[in-house]
Amino acid sequence: MTGTELEAQAAPTSAWHMYRAMVGVGLFCGLLIVTVFQATLPIIEQNKAEALQRAIFRVLPEATASSTFSYDESKGFELLEGRSDGQELLYAGYDDDGALVGLAIEAQGMGYQDVIALIYGYSFSDDAITGIQVLESKETPGLGDKIESDPDFLENFKRLDVSLGDHASKLANEIVPVKNGEKTHPWEIDGITGATISSVAIANILNGSAQHWVPRIESRLTDFQGGE
Amino acid sequence: MATATKSSTDEFMKGLWKENPVFVQVLGMCPVLAVSNTALNALAMGLATLFVLVMSNIVVSSLRSFIPKEVRIATYILIIATFVTVVDYAIQAISLDLYKALGAFISLIVVNCLILGRAEAFASKNTVARSALDGLGMGTGFVVALFCLGAVREIMGSGSLFGVQLFHDAFQDWVVMVLPSGGFFTLAGWLLLFNWLKQRKAHREDRATLALSKEVV
Repeated sequence: MTGTELEAQAAPTSAWHMYRAMVGVGLFCGLLIVTVFQATLPIIEQNKAEALQRAIFRVLPEATASSTFSYDESKGFELLEGRSDGQELLYAGYDDDGALVGLAIEAQGMGYQDVIALIYGYSFSDDAITGIQVLESKETPGLGDKIESDPDFLENFKRLDVSLGDHASKLANEIVPVKNGEKTHPWEIDGITGATISSVAIANILNGSAQHWVPRIESRLTDFQGGE
Repeated sequence: MATATKSSTDEFMKGLWKENPVFVQVLGMCPVLAVSNTALNALAMGLATLFVLVMSNIVVSSLRSFIPKEVRIATYILIIATFVTVVDYAIQAISLDLYKALGAFISLIVVNCLILGRAEAFASKNTVARSALDGLGMGTGFVVALFCLGAVREIMGSGSLFGVQLFHDAFQDWVVMVLPSGGFFTLAGWLLLFNWLKQRKAHREDRATLALSKEVV
């Protein structure tokens, strides 16, 4: 008999009992987690899809139906069946007559604490952003999270100008954040007192995304026709 | 039978007042300070902790003769982490908005010393029924304490309760109350109140005993 075995025998609890407890409890816990995961997965997916749909129709109030598009630099915008991860997606909104009213575009960027993901509506008739919905944020509750609820701040996005400049390759005016109460132009965003970083982050996210997408969308408008 | 019922009630009630996990034992301070900035967040966090506490107490207690003492802490943590994961999925399924508000803190329930503390100090030595009652009492005490903090902080910091505005527009929000420092101020206030009540009770009891002994003499 080796020294180790003797020590094991002398120990108050045998290694077998410890293994049995750890492995047994581990198995029980693993099974429980897998069961709950499987049971909740369809509900969670459905919740996420519904939340996205709600967000799309909230940022494009005139739309009654929507279709998902993916973008490829060479092929342009393509209609996508179902949702696929890892691609930049845009959602085209159509009214009752099947006419294109605007696009809902996902965008994200760094906020105060973590990445802020949002979706905004781009309306063709106004050449403007017509609403935003924050999809994910970990901004300070009570301060930074006012980007989702502050009525004065959300008023900025009723009609935020993103019309294209002379060259049609970039916006005529960059979206810029200004101090609370100092907004004078339709492309400026009135900040929130006490949540400067979060409101500036929103302006930067929107500016970056609109600078990228609006010229591409306007040059390939026909891609979206008949997508409904 | 009567004593058994009474002791079960005591088992439940002790967590609410005499051994309140927050105001008396000062346990689980991380969620208490971090998630108590609005009443709804505090209530949801408290309920999630209550569920994990009751379930882990039940499982730890029913496996108490099966788990050797050398590996007990690791096993308890495994059990607690499992129920936290269950709560995490459940909240995502119930409401994504709620998950958005609590997401970062739910996983931190694993390291809430209140839960491991009850598993180690109570559930590993008592029957399943008593452990469940203990978990229910302590958990309810935790919910009440979190709500006390959350309500005060939301009312003073945002002028609302459960998102409903309470004051006129002229009310100037006391922003510091929803910031981390507000958590410390509010907790200090509640601890002050609890200790004052406890001292007053002790004084009264002392005086009563003194009066009684004088009468006897």
